[in-house]
Amino acid sequence: MRHRHRSLPRYSAFDLVRHGVSGSRWPSVWQARDLQPSYDVVVVGGGVHGLATAYYLAHHHGITNVAVLEKSYLGSGASGRNTAIIRSNYLTPEGVRFYDRSLKLYQALAADLNFNVMFSRRGHLTLAHNDSSLRTMRWRAEVNKLEGIESEVIAPNEIKELVGHLDTSGRARYPILGALYHPPGGTIRHDAVVWGYARAANALGVHLHQYTEVIGIDVGGDRVVGVQTNRGPIATSVVVNCTAGWSSLISKMAGVEMPIKTFPLQAAVTEPVRPFLHAVVVSGTLHVYVSQTDRGELVFGASVDPFPSYSMRGSLEFTEGVAGHLLELMPSLANMRVLRQWAGLCDVTPDFSPIMGVTPITGFYVDVGWGTYGFKAAPVAGEAIAQMIATKKTPTLIASFDLARFSEGRLMAEKGAAAVGH
Amino acid sequence: MILLPCPYCGPRNASEFRYIGEQGERPDPNQAAPSAWRSYLYVQSNEAGWVIETWWHASGCRRYLIVERETVTNEVRAVRPPAAPPRHRLLDQAEETQGQSS
Repeated sequence: MRHRHRSLPRYSAFDLVRHGVSGSRWPSVWQARDLQPSYDVVVVGGGVHGLATAYYLAHHHGITNVAVLEKSYLGSGASGRNTAIIRSNYLTPEGVRFYDRSLKLYQALAADLNFNVMFSRRGHLTLAHNDSSLRTMRWRAEVNKLEGIESEVIAPNEIKELVGHLDTSGRARYPILGALYHPPGGTIRHDAVVWGYARAANALGVHLHQYTEVIGIDVGGDRVVGVQTNRGPIATSVVVNCTAGWSSLISKMAGVEMPIKTFPLQAAVTEPVRPFLHAVVVSGTLHVYVSQTDRGELVFGASVDPFPSYSMRGSLEFTEGVAGHLLELMPSLANMRVLRQWAGLCDVTPDFSPIMGVTPITGFYVDVGWGTYGFKAAPVAGEAIAQMIATKKTPTLIASFDLARFSEGRLMAEKGAAAVGH
Repeated sequence: MILLPCPYCGPRNASEFRYIGEQGERPDPNQAAPSAWRSYLYVQSNEAGWVIETWWHASGCRRYLIVERETVTNEVRAVRPPAAPPRHRLLDQAEETQGQSS
């Protein structure tokens, strides 16, 4: 299953020195290719999910006649707008197993792709400010431990040792009573994941088409027969919807209705300062999460906006609200300046779990409904969807995330660990 | 959208309101097939364009309102009171029974 990428130039320390000394240009990591009239598989969406799916199709299953269609540039959607946090301390056993596989794939990704994705194991702290969140955290810790995940509830004095800047005094408006501590959680460079997968997929023969927008999906009877794009039609029998934000609209093109609402999620970044915050800190009660990047900036975000929208404009309400909550946690940040803020689109499902797998239309697969937790699941989702297309069987790991669960009353109870938690 | 023009209170900050959801026909719970009921519960049009929604002026007049909104730009075209107040089916049944007895 594991074979070397034939045409992929390997990066090495020697190469870095050679290029540094000679000043020569690095070769382009992927090539634009002509749009072919037909492909075996068409992946809609050139973000981490789409590119991972294409990469695993080519690498694990030898299916290389694949096109990835992206309406803007690669990684321009949610892949470039998230806060790059990864963790696997979910609440349902299915969720824990699934995200843990993703975390393991991320840990090995730099070696697999020969591309530095800047994986950084930080430790992930979810703070509890009241008894009910503490109770959910104990529950999560037990489920996590049963699945073999490092996860435990720790006391305020232990939290203070990990993050000295947190106000654990008990005098705060929302005192910190404890935290769920998840040592394997951390951050990863989101753009590098996009570029790494794109480079590797391209080298295996996958065609990456930027600025190619899908405007229709052709269905004959109950089967997919092709897609219409702004650059012309493509004949194919397999279409994978790997979009975020527009996933319900793409599905509707194939006549498949999705239980999805699209909400903007805002995030912001401060000026860079010296490293002081090693762990990722999340507070569900205060609706804020924060981590420090390798450059020294603080990246912070909140929960989704209060009403659905496709607008990606930032709002002052968000900045004010999230900054206020952050200062309640870490009063010493009062003089930090915000550099920029942005928004991305989140496709939220009724049970805060993704929708993966087959649809009533044969050949139309979905990998959607990723809400606020899509980035951390990209490798495992890509791997599972690729396996599903190659073997025509649903992998056990994703069986409970199917579209039919909504009509059959099998919703996942993941809200407690996914609604705000990052 | 920053201001939402409430027909009772005038233009107010959107944060005073609570989004309830897209307007949809509620199937009769006694007649609806499980699939119809579940799509009523879970499936929305989620349109990128003009939609008709219900909002609630939680921090104002506390009335339910029908809002026409463009979901890409958040432009609001019309805000109006619902055509008829929502009725409970038990109320309908009670009236029917009353009608029969008289």
